[in-house]
Amino acid sequence: MEKTTQQKAMRKFTKICDIVNQYNRDKSKLIPILQKVQDEYRYLPEEVLTFVATTLNIPPATVYGVATFYAHFTLSPRGKYVIRICDGTACHVKGSNKLLETLREKLNLKDKNTTTSDMLFTLETVSCLGACGLAPVLVINDVVHGQVTREKAIKLIDEIIEKENKNAG
Amino acid sequence: MEDKKTLFIDGREYRINGERNLLEVIRKAGIDIPTFCYHSELSVYGACRLCIVDIEGRGIVGSCSTPAEPGMKVHTNTPEIREMRKITLELLLANHEQNCLTCGKNSNCKLQELASRLGVDNVRFKPTHKPKPIDRSSPSIIRDPNKCVLCGDCVRMCHEVQGIGAIDFAYRGSDVMVLPAFGKDLSEVECVNCGQCARVCPTGALTVASQIENVWNELHNAEKTVVVQIAPAVRVALGEMFGMKAGEVVTGKTITALKRLGFDKVYDTSFTADLTVVEEAHEFLERKLNGENLPQFTSCCPAWVKFAEQYYPELLSNLSTCRSPQQMFGAVAKKMLPDLLDINRENLVVVSIMPCTAKKFEALRPEFNIDGYPDVDYVLSTQELGKMIKEAGLNFIDLETESFDLPLGFKTGAGVIFGASGGVSEAVLRLAVEKLSGNKIEKVDFLDVRGCEGIKETSFTINNTSVKIAVVHSLANARKIADMVKNGECDYDLIEVMACPGGCIGGAGQPCSFVDTINESRTQSLYNIDKNLQIHKSQDNPYIAELYEKVLTDHKITHELLHTEYNNRKRMSDNGLSFSEDNKNGKLHVDVCLGTGCYLKGAQDLLHEIITNIVDKNLAEQVEVRGSFCFEHCNNGPTVRVGKHLIEKCTLKLVLSEINKQLKATQTTAISS
Repeated sequence: MEKTTQQKAMRKFTKICDIVNQYNRDKSKLIPILQKVQDEYRYLPEEVLTFVATTLNIPPATVYGVATFYAHFTLSPRGKYVIRICDGTACHVKGSNKLLETLREKLNLKDKNTTTSDMLFTLETVSCLGACGLAPVLVINDVVHGQVTREKAIKLIDEIIEKENKNAG
Repeated sequence: MEDKKTLFIDGREYRINGERNLLEVIRKAGIDIPTFCYHSELSVYGACRLCIVDIEGRGIVGSCSTPAEPGMKVHTNTPEIREMRKITLELLLANHEQNCLTCGKNSNCKLQELASRLGVDNVRFKPTHKPKPIDRSSPSIIRDPNKCVLCGDCVRMCHEVQGIGAIDFAYRGSDVMVLPAFGKDLSEVECVNCGQCARVCPTGALTVASQIENVWNELHNAEKTVVVQIAPAVRVALGEMFGMKAGEVVTGKTITALKRLGFDKVYDTSFTADLTVVEEAHEFLERKLNGENLPQFTSCCPAWVKFAEQYYPELLSNLSTCRSPQQMFGAVAKKMLPDLLDINRENLVVVSIMPCTAKKFEALRPEFNIDGYPDVDYVLSTQELGKMIKEAGLNFIDLETESFDLPLGFKTGAGVIFGASGGVSEAVLRLAVEKLSGNKIEKVDFLDVRGCEGIKETSFTINNTSVKIAVVHSLANARKIADMVKNGECDYDLIEVMACPGGCIGGAGQPCSFVDTINESRTQSLYNIDKNLQIHKSQDNPYIAELYEKVLTDHKITHELLHTEYNNRKRMSDNGLSFSEDNKNGKLHVDVCLGTGCYLKGAQDLLHEIITNIVDKNLAEQVEVRGSFCFEHCNNGPTVRVGKHLIEKCTLKLVLSEINKQLKATQTTAISS
């Protein structure tokens, strides 16, 4: 177990070095670099941001400022599956808040938590996905699901859990 | 016809004379247009929207971010503008914590002043912000986000003038805050405590941390003998707090005030500035003679010292080993005053009055502390002294003048000009030139190193020895020069660095002022004091000679009291990047530096090899490998730290043998206990 974890971490680190090198350690490419780093870790760990700042020769406070400015970036660990429910006008009118309620209950998310304790799911809202014709819309890891009902949402979750269980077993 | 470039402000014609923007033209026309975010020394930000004006044909614009153009018809005071300014201020006040009466910035606050000037007599909006914690971690600065108006002056000051960027805007929209990286405390990040952020802060969001209460307690304690030292820059600024004109020399009144507050002896930091000159000039001449560790950087500025420790560890051997005048004073006072005043060392309290906030940090450095008794016990800023005088009800303007106590209160002009950028160099030159030529010099003024340019230089040749000197102030300029030294692009012999613009007279502990010419007035006064003193050269100070005869009798004690050493310093507190899954306590930590310098020297491959080897040898249970960001030993990379042992120019073999050694040592202790 230890062996694989360390090697996995090392592979990730090598990947980050590749990312900054790919952009020639150019400080004006901070945003694309952070996007790729986030693809790798699913969030932006503090230590990695410090590394990126040191490498690009910019103050860590500046990197932190950029990372907290954009809603796309997150500084806390996220689940393997990120569910984004659209809460734009069209989706809102079509009942997106009920969908959110249903999923929060289904995933047992209490208080302000957005990520399940098994790190499998993260549930967020977005302001508009630009797919108003399909309202209400949700996106699971970049796959768009339109005209989602409560039942359909629960089914999507169950399918993922089943798939994960099968993989683990 | 003469081609006159003019514009109209409120119906009157004014000439445009190369001003950077419309705001400067308007101010020259005698209208103090309100702003929060405009400072002539910083870039234009255009955020506060208070400097708005109405230009005919263009509408309402921010005057700070509009260039002045000929023929413009500008109105600064229309009903619409007045209304807009008032609403802007009202909205700022709505979310601003309104405990003005107990705020450290009370009566010095730009927000307070403008609210009163613009006639905001009612705030119609309810606050929406929840209280945020106050950061009191730094010994120099208190950060209170509840009072921030987001003008960004501090952010630009730290980034543009000081070249650090320890704070920046974070989050977005109504959540925006000015924060150190990752929302950490100021003491955990790369802040060098120069306090320039607090100097430009228009509100109480960034203020100087106060030790007033601690000093009162010592003054009221009958068992303690409290002595005080006053830095050169204080005497030309304190008067401003009592309505005196900028730069007025108030040395005598300050001494009287301190005596009446209850200080037993009042001494002068300029005395130890003279001592610093003698030590530093001799150190310089020795280095010059041997061609070692040149250029020599000055070390009296604690913000610069911390800056160098963080960013230029490879240049630390170039820093003068001399302590700053404040610390020399502390060490000498604690050494000789107990006998002289017939008291115990524990009962002697040394207080300094400084123009500087970083001096508070310097006094706390562990190397300036003997058995738990610091050389300098408390550091008060000029502002804090002014507040104590006000609290005691002393009528400062009408005070009689008194003189310093001897022997630590006698100084020469060289020790006084220390407070201005270029002063240290000039003082050192007055000694070095004499030493090199072997003749007494009559002309003591070295005008090339005076003035307010960010980088000044001078050079001379005496008896075939040529010396080239650079003088810089502000740390962004220091960074430029340090980079040049690092890359071998300059041939200076001596480099004076002061972190604050203008030198110590522009320190963040000085009375609050938003007048652009304040530094010039204070500097001029320091040079006037020098002119009026009989002695101008530190080496001619009779009490310095006496000190060497009686106290600094040999090299060992001189070194012990007057010199110090510097260490690499991490910029950020962090745990590094872990490559192990369970980070149990008690594991041996192996930290591999992944900073740029080490990366280029193959740290990444080394890390890879270390992990592979540890896994292969089944040591993963006992060893945790982490990636860490910069041990600041970039010259000798790659750097790896095993436990507490730092290995430079590291190889796999070196790491593995150190790991084995340390693991064996732990096993032996475990067995024997």
